[in-house]
Parts: sequence; structure tokens; C-alpha cells
Amino acid sequence: MRIALLAAAGFLAATLGSAGVRADDGHAPHPPRESWSFAGVFGRFDQAQLQRGFQVYKEVCSNCHSMRLVAFRNLAEEGGPGFTAGQVKALAETYTVKELDDAGAEKERPARPADRFPSPFPNDKAAAAANGGKAPPDFSVLAKARTYERGFPWFVSDALPFTGYSEQGVDYIHALMTGYEEPPKGFEMPGSGYYNKYYPGHVIAMPNPLSEGQITYAKNEQGQPVVPETVEQYSHDVAAFMAWAAEPHMMARKALGLRVILFLILLAGLLYYVKKQIWKKIGGEVHGLQPELHKTY
Amino acid sequence: MSSAHATSTYVPKSRLAKWFESRLPLVGLVHSSFVAFPVPRNLNYFWTFGAILIAFLGIQIITGVWLAMHYDPNASNAFESVEHIMRDVNYGWLLRYAHANGASMFFVAVYVHIFRNLYYGSYKAPREVLYLLGVIIYLLMMATAFLGYTLPWGQMSFWGATVITNILAAIPIVGDTIQSLLWGGYSVGNPTINRFFSLHFLLPWMIAGVVVLHVWALHVTGQNNPAGIPIKSSKDAVPFTPYATVKDVFAVVVFMILFAWFIFYQPNYLGHADNYVPANPSVTPAHIVPEWYFLPFYAILRAVPDKLGGVILMFGAVIILAFAPWLDTSRVRSCNYRPVYRVFFWVFAVNAVILGWLGAKPPEGGYVIASQICTVYYFAHFLIVMPLVGLFETPDRLPGSILETVTGPGKQVSGSGMPAGAAAEPAKRG
Repeated sequence: MRIALLAAAGFLAATLGSAGVRADDGHAPHPPRESWSFAGVFGRFDQAQLQRGFQVYKEVCSNCHSMRLVAFRNLAEEGGPGFTAGQVKALAETYTVKELDDAGAEKERPARPADRFPSPFPNDKAAAAANGGKAPPDFSVLAKARTYERGFPWFVSDALPFTGYSEQGVDYIHALMTGYEEPPKGFEMPGSGYYNKYYPGHVIAMPNPLSEGQITYAKNEQGQPVVPETVEQYSHDVAAFMAWAAEPHMMARKALGLRVILFLILLAGLLYYVKKQIWKKIGGEVHGLQPELHKTY
Repeated sequence: MSSAHATSTYVPKSRLAKWFESRLPLVGLVHSSFVAFPVPRNLNYFWTFGAILIAFLGIQIITGVWLAMHYDPNASNAFESVEHIMRDVNYGWLLRYAHANGASMFFVAVYVHIFRNLYYGSYKAPREVLYLLGVIIYLLMMATAFLGYTLPWGQMSFWGATVITNILAAIPIVGDTIQSLLWGGYSVGNPTINRFFSLHFLLPWMIAGVVVLHVWALHVTGQNNPAGIPIKSSKDAVPFTPYATVKDVFAVVVFMILFAWFIFYQPNYLGHADNYVPANPSVTPAHIVPEWYFLPFYAILRAVPDKLGGVILMFGAVIILAFAPWLDTSRVRSCNYRPVYRVFFWVFAVNAVILGWLGAKPPEGGYVIASQICTVYYFAHFLIVMPLVGLFETPDRLPGSILETVTGPGKQVSGSGMPAGAAAEPAKRG
């Protein structure tokens, strides 16, 4: 017994010790954790923030980044930016899409709410050619397609209630938007690209897209700005918008989840009571005992 | 499913029931299997995972059939069709997240089931065939899960499929043929996703078939129990219904709370962000990592510097499970009465978890060395520890009967009466 325990302890120590020997892989620093209205069990998107985020996307990002999976009508659907059907119709009409007419010739028409957002480039090759060889990633699910590794023990607490964390992608996007700076001394920049603190490898092909005061947000009734027109604010807003674009039914999901889990807890409680009652008095006919099968035992 | 020599106590009452029973004794079969079937009265909650697994097989099949109505197994449209399910299909997000997380929960439950089996020695005589059928189900589950993970056609889908089909090519003589058959061409592409979809739809029905055999075999030998001793009299047992039924239903509902937590609040936690990037044959992800439930085997694969050797050890790590009934020389089933082997059991369990952690790390430096140590220990557990400990260990005294483990030794119990609570909370030892 004691020998087995000692052997076990020695083995574990040897294993973990050898795993501890590792080279520093020089990863980018972790993005700072931001506070998001849509995080957590009761998280909800902030409609005004999504509308501002859409404005940032429309005025800045959409010049290069497509959002192929999102339709104009989505902007008016429940749990999203909350534009009215009329606003969406008017917005769609400012875009043109291509279709074939009855003679098979390509023609342009104003977009309708049911259309998806037209892409800035006709195809990925054209997008790559216009952007230094690499197509800018599509925005539709980008907030779910980016993350960073949190490591032990955080990856455990990230899954749990109260300490749960699933906004790594959004935090990364926000960090990236605000992570442009001068390369540190001794960092050798290649011929093209820009230094970004949070980009893996630090050299990103995209130039710093946001600057202070670049986008003019709608004012309130007194003509005062509602939120500051800063890179920090733009970046928050567009990251929140991307979180919605990647998961348009998130609010419905969280609301339904709460009801499902409360129901299950209640049902489990009742079943436990029934089980206790049934097991209080043990008895009843059993049939099919086959002790002869166990004679070898 | 009942044994051939157990006749049913079911007595049909109505004329229609009598007419039907004399032509096909189906109700009697169900009655003897799920109503009158003797269940050891000392089972703990680890014995509810069989019911949980059946529930998940059902959930996976139902959500899967519905998803298949909206999914398009085409390399140029698969990713988009999954997003169509997420965005445009009514409750499509629920179906897809339930199916993706359902696979993970299925594996959580199967690992609890397997480790319960290993701890209480359920694999030993007379349950070897029952156990082997379980190993086959586990293999089929792994194949199904791998095939399913390729279907969203994201980066991890594509590169996971590429890595796994490439390692199959290392098999001598037939490897290349197997690889081309799976690919349907000279690389992972549209024919691959077509056949993977077809196979992903087929295998669950094979699992269901083997599950029927598994349950049948279970009802021939009866269940093992925490004491590891057989039912000797009807006082050791309770009828399946209502005792096991209500306990199983309660456990399934509790497990569903965990399942619901992941579906609704952590739906992407068990997946990879890279799989939301559409498959791109010309861009390799920084780290190609399989789903969590494959990680221990992935660590074993990468621990071996030789490709063929890695493949042999990886498959060997699963296949060796099938030999456990004959490698274990101890006749005592339950680890509760095996003071030495019990320690080794927990070392094995911790070793498996460490292997899983190593499988998620890049194959470099200390991680490789640690993987090698853990791999050696994994096999040593089966090939050295199991046979030797059984020979040298002195087991603790076994209880005289299952009843004794619930009521305490020497106590007289009359008839069917039992102290309240004693049966609901079976003896916990070890």
C-alpha cells in the first residue's frame, strides 16, 4: 500500500516535472478583459451600442471586410440592434445587388431587406489582390472565430456559473483595435505590415483602422454626444456589433436557458422526493435471479 | 431483452393482450427486462450512467436527424449551411448546440461509465461479453464523433480529417487504400465530406444495434454492484421498476442540467474557435487539436517519434481495454476490497487526465517527454499492474451478502422491510 502510494507520487512528480520544462513561446499578451452588457447568464445586447457598432462597421470596416451571412432584415429582428422595418428597407435600398434578368443578362437592382450584405470585393481572390495578398476575414462569425488561450486553472473557471467567461473573441477584437503602437526597441519590422501588441506575431497587414473623432455618432435631443467619440468607444461598439452578428439569437438562447434550467431543477427536486418515497419501503417481486451464472466466482 | 431461460412473470389480462402475447411475447419481454428484473439494492449513482447514455443516444439521433434536414454535405456550402441552421432555421441554434454539446456530454457519461466499470471490476466473469460489447460501442462512438466533427467544414474539421486520414495511411499494405477510400480522391475534399456525412448517419444506428446486445447481455448476467458480489437471494435485490426506474430518471434529469448549462451558456466552450473559420486547404492552423474526448489518445499518438508506431499505440490504447478481463488476475471485483489495486486505479485515472492535458499542448520539449512517460504508464497499468497486483494483493474481507453491505453485518432483517434511507444511500467505502 505504502509502496504503491510512493510509486504513484514519484511517477506524478516526474511527469509534471518534465512537462514543466518548456521553451517560452513568446505569445502576445492576453487581451484585457472588458465588461460587456451581453456577458453572463442575464446578458443582453445594448441596442444603442449595436446601432453605433453597425455605424462603425458601415462607415469603416465594410470598405474591406464582407459580412456575407448577415441579411439586412436581421438588423430589425428581435434581440438585435432594433432598427425598424422602415429603416432597414431604406438602408437596403442604398445598396445594389446583382441578379439575372429574364434574358439571362446580369443587371443591378436596389437591395431588399431579405438580401444579405453585399461584399466589398467580387470574390476572395479580388479581395486578396486588393489587400496585399490576403483577403480580409469575413465579419459574420469572426467574434466566435477568434480567441486566446487562458490556460490552467482559468479554463476550468471559465466554464462554470458565476465565473463563466465566453467573450474571449470579443475581448480580442477590442484589444486588436486598440493595440496599435510603435514597435518596441529591437523589434525588427518586415517590409510591410503594422505593429500590433495583441496580434499573434505582432505584425498585422491591416493598418490602424480607427482614429479619435473619426465617426460622428448621433447626438441626443439637447445636441450633446451620448458617448465619447474615441477609438476606445468605437472599438467597444463594433466589437459588440460583431458579437451580435456572430450569434444573432444569443438573447433568445440565454432567456430560454434560464427557463429550461429552472424547470429542470424543479423537476429534479420533485423526482428526488418521489425517489425517496419509493425507496423508503423496499420490497416487491424480483424475477430472473440466476445465481448459477456466478458459480465460478 | 431477457435471457433464454428466464420466463416472464407477466400475465396478460385483456383478451387482446392475451391474443398478442401468445403470438409475440413482446410485452412479457419488456416486463421481465425493465419491470421485474432484479437490481442489486446497493447500487450507487454511478450505475445510473447507462440510462444517461441511452438518453444521449436518443438525443443525438433525434437532433441529428433534424439537422440533416437542413445541412448540406457539400464542401463549398457545408459551412454556410451550418450557419443557415444557426441563423435562419427556427430553433436551429438549439438543435445544433444540443447536438454538438450532446456529443461531449455523451463522452462525459461514457467515461464515467467506463471508469465505474474499471473501479468495480464489472468487466470480470461472467460479464466479459457484456464488457466487450461496451468496448465496441466506445469504438463506434469515437468513429461517429470524429466523422461528425468534420461536417461543419471549418478549419479544425478539415485539418482534423486530414491528420486522422493521413495517420491511417501509415498502416502497412492496406493503409493507402483505406486512405483513398475515405478521401474519395487524392486529398480531403468534396467526396470526403459526402461519404463522411453518409457514414456519420450510418454509425449511430450500428451503435443502437450494439446497445441492444449490450442491454441483452446485461440482463443475462445481471448488474455488478459496489460490493462486487453476486445477488444471492431475492433479499439482495429490488425490482427494476419502480426502484431503478425512478432513480435513473432522476439522474438523467440532473445530468440534463449540466447539458443545458453548456447548450445555453457555454455552447462553444467545448469546441474550437478555429472551427468558425471556413475550411481552407492552403492555410494550416497553428495547432491542430482534436475534441477533448480524444486528447489522451492524441497525446499517445504524438508521444511516439515513429508514425506507424504512434498509430499502433493509439489504437492499441483502446484495444487493450478489451483484454482487461483476462489481464486482471484478481478474482475480487470491487476496488472497495482491493487496497493496493485501488491506489493504482486512481493513478491510472490521473494519468489519463494528464494525457488529455498533454494532448492539448503543442508536441514540443517537455510535453513530449511527459507524454512518453504517461504513455508507458498507461500500457504498464494493463500489462504489468493488472496481472501482478492480482497475484500479490491480499484483498479485504468481502461482505457475506449485498444485504449486509446496506444494513451492516450481523443485523437481522425481516421480510422486505428495510430501514428508511439505508437503501437510498448505499454504503460508501474507499
